[in-house]
Amino acid sequence: MWIFLITEIMFFGGMFLAYIVYRALYPGTFAVTSSSLNVYIGAANTAVLLCSSFTMVLAVRSAQLGRQTALAVNIVLTLLLGLVFLGVKAFEWSEKFAEHHVPGTHFHFEGIANQGPAQLFFSLYFAMTGLHALHMVVGAGLMTWLLIWSLRGKFSAEYMTPVDIAGLYWHFVDIIWIFLFPLFYLIDRHLK
Amino acid sequence: MTNHIDSVKTYAIVWISLLALTGLTTAVAFVDLGPFSVVVALSIAVVKMMLVALFFMHLRHSGKLTQLAMAGTILWLGFMVSFTLADVFTRGWLGVPGR
Repeated sequence: MWIFLITEIMFFGGMFLAYIVYRALYPGTFAVTSSSLNVYIGAANTAVLLCSSFTMVLAVRSAQLGRQTALAVNIVLTLLLGLVFLGVKAFEWSEKFAEHHVPGTHFHFEGIANQGPAQLFFSLYFAMTGLHALHMVVGAGLMTWLLIWSLRGKFSAEYMTPVDIAGLYWHFVDIIWIFLFPLFYLIDRHLK
Repeated sequence: MTNHIDSVKTYAIVWISLLALTGLTTAVAFVDLGPFSVVVALSIAVVKMMLVALFFMHLRHSGKLTQLAMAGTILWLGFMVSFTLADVFTRGWLGVPGR
């Protein structure tokens, strides 16, 4: 599992690198465009995801101790918090569509002469948050599967590797968001 | 993989710390620290990453090989970023206005 996570780190790493390079090339445009994102929604969603990591680690602990009910409850909580995160993300994206901030023929960002770099910012925004959200969807699928298996009583203190592995995956996706949040929402906020 | 079982209290402290750091990084983002805004935001992110990795992902109880592999990954990621940036900024053909 750790080897898989290494490939994932390099996968996301490439996108982070693209972001770093273009942000360094167009600092002014990126400052204006990133300030258009809602920092409070972003922060709240970060908190939701951190809570889901907490319930996930409690699920792993319950599995280690062989506590079936606590395991199922914590998996459900993790799943629900993950779905809340995705729901908020969907709301944020729909706002971008309404504001014409989605890259394409209808893209328009007010108050900027050069629309190219602004489109670039939102391309990176959608690509990176989109890839992260895709990982969240996969994570939600894993939670559903874990829930079904735990309700069937497949897991015990002796056999809980799937819970452990899914937990590692969930925390990894959380860590990606821990970096996406400051890079997209925070670092240029003071310039506004 | 994980033989050691941490207490709920340990996890709760880590969780509260993570939430507090999220609040801190959000609040500090509104303060003008010049170029240090990026440094502070990413430093807090790295601390949060370490908390999640060491406690929630049990990396502090993991074997030396796993820890070494993760440290190596971060190192290579650093190489990738630093060498690419060194390349981009020592060539004159990028950053043309209007492109």
